[in-house]
Amino acid sequence: MDHVQEEPRTETATPLPRPAGETAVTAAAGTELAEPDERPKLYRRRSSRIVAGVASGLADHLGVKVLWVRAVFAVLAAFGGAGLVAYGLLWVFVPQQRREEADAPSTPKEKQQAIGLLVLGIGLLVAVGAITGTINGWVAVPLALALVGAAVVWREADESQRRRWREGARSSVAGVVLGGGGWSAAIRVLAGVALVIAGIAVVVLRSGTLGQVQFALISVLATLVGVAVLTVPFWLRMVRDLGEERRARIRTEERAEIAAHLHDSVLQTLALIQKQAEAPKEVARLARSQERELRGWLYGPAGYGAPKNVGGGRLSEAVATACGEVEDTFAISVSQVVVGDAELDDRLVALVLAAREAMVNAAKHAGVDEVSVYAEVEPTAVTVFVRDRGKGFDPDSVSEDRHGLADSIRGRMERNGGTVRLRTAPGDGTEVQLEMPIKAESGGTR
Amino acid sequence: MSETPQPKAPISVFLVDDHALFRAGVRTELDSITDEVRVVGEAGSVAEAVAGIVRTKPQVVLLDVHMPDGGGAEVLRRVRKELPDVVFLALSVSDAAEDVIAVIRAGARGYVTKTISSKELVRAVARVAEGDAVFSPRLAGFVLDAFADRPGSAPISDPELDLLTPRERDVLRLLARGYAYKEIASELFISVKTVETHVSSVLRKTQLSNRYELSRWASDRRLV
Repeated sequence: MDHVQEEPRTETATPLPRPAGETAVTAAAGTELAEPDERPKLYRRRSSRIVAGVASGLADHLGVKVLWVRAVFAVLAAFGGAGLVAYGLLWVFVPQQRREEADAPSTPKEKQQAIGLLVLGIGLLVAVGAITGTINGWVAVPLALALVGAAVVWREADESQRRRWREGARSSVAGVVLGGGGWSAAIRVLAGVALVIAGIAVVVLRSGTLGQVQFALISVLATLVGVAVLTVPFWLRMVRDLGEERRARIRTEERAEIAAHLHDSVLQTLALIQKQAEAPKEVARLARSQERELRGWLYGPAGYGAPKNVGGGRLSEAVATACGEVEDTFAISVSQVVVGDAELDDRLVALVLAAREAMVNAAKHAGVDEVSVYAEVEPTAVTVFVRDRGKGFDPDSVSEDRHGLADSIRGRMERNGGTVRLRTAPGDGTEVQLEMPIKAESGGTR
Repeated sequence: MSETPQPKAPISVFLVDDHALFRAGVRTELDSITDEVRVVGEAGSVAEAVAGIVRTKPQVVLLDVHMPDGGGAEVLRRVRKELPDVVFLALSVSDAAEDVIAVIRAGARGYVTKTISSKELVRAVARVAEGDAVFSPRLAGFVLDAFADRPGSAPISDPELDLLTPRERDVLRLLARGYAYKEIASELFISVKTVETHVSSVLRKTQLSNRYELSRWASDRRLV
């Protein structure tokens, strides 16, 4: 039904209550709803405007001269302020032109005419009001002052609010009003507020009696409440847009981070794998290191999905790092199991380094492509087993070239109070058992 | 390993994994490598899996641990009531102990990682089909951790169940170090059959033990 109704442009399809005799405005509002139209859409002009660009925008839309539109508004102002009301409503509900599509600036003559018409309109309003007795002269002047002040504040808010939508939010109340317009914006807002206050003050001071003060206050309050109610949807929309935009930005940033990470890691590795498809060993090495890296990123304590940072220097992490390094360097697979965990201290660092050396030995000499590492934290000691199913050797016939075992493993362990046990025989694989006592308080974490 | 090679009907296997690519890969490998197993169906979600398993009645279900809407544990809970004879083997890429422990507690007979070689996977399937438990070194590590008798760990509710005997602990440790059953047997001077008994008993304790909910322990551990 909706789209059928919108098709013919009717005078009755106005979304807003309008003062009688406002045919031009009504038609304009109707046009805005009707989409298929070769006319330019109804926007408030950004350039060549005097107050808010309503009249010039309307003129663009209707294809008539700006002067005539302004004249109509001025004349209508005489009819109980109908022109002013119409102008205000259009100001609130018609969106402002986007910055990109700026028009030719107006000539100075046009500007003078416009200001003249503006003054004429207000003059007519006051004069007619005074003649018909709806407005007393002494009320009209301060009222006009207040209105002008309000208009200035409005204009500032209007301008800055658009800017905020465009640039994204750092929300604060002052920011909403001033919108980063700087000192000039602040001065303009202050001037507007001063005008409003001056207008109200004049009303209050000139009325001698308390009753009149009360009446004036009530009328001002009513006006303010009215303005607030009128602009509620407007402010709501702004708040909602700001929240929506912030969410969208967070989403975008997160996606960008994930995309960047996947690009740097997984995609690069897959590309490498495609290039090296003929070298299965290299492919396996790449896939393994990539798997480990991605796994660490997803589930690891310092990784992307981690609930919080566990703090550096856990034994399990150190073991995992050592295993990873050996995997990468020697293109073998190291399967590691760690039971329990503990804070690293000097002794445990030595233990991990010794274990690493044992893995390196296995990778170099055993002739296997898999090494098992098992670490267990017990209340009194940490034990690490490094095991391969490779060649094995005769420990008694270890020659000078096995410095690694003598210095890096046995020497390092014994200096720190640990022990090394070795089980090996030719053809039977090798297992290095490293045991390091720990202080009671640092051990046995779960 | 102890089984004698003799021609017998292939073991029917059902694959449950939410990644179609992985299912296709496992299926191809299992079909090409051996006649010992035959893939009779596959599913990518909990509901699909339950329906498929009930329909095809396989001997072994290879079960992914990490799945949307409940995971492998949910499939186990829903199927076991109807088909108590179907054996489940968890197959996961997950490093999270709580995922794995949850599936084991729900009744899976074992757990292997997805990087396992196809030959070993076939061997594991055959072993669970025969009623044995299959512990990968990683699972052995998780279970050891869960039963760890440390100061400050959860109070013991049923000492009979909630503690591992020293022998069981030894067996589990050797499993975690990557030893095969035969090697464990010779290491501890016991028979392979006894090793199997110990492993089954550890599995039973894992499934029945309270120990303040093993799976909760697992999640606690990540927070420490």
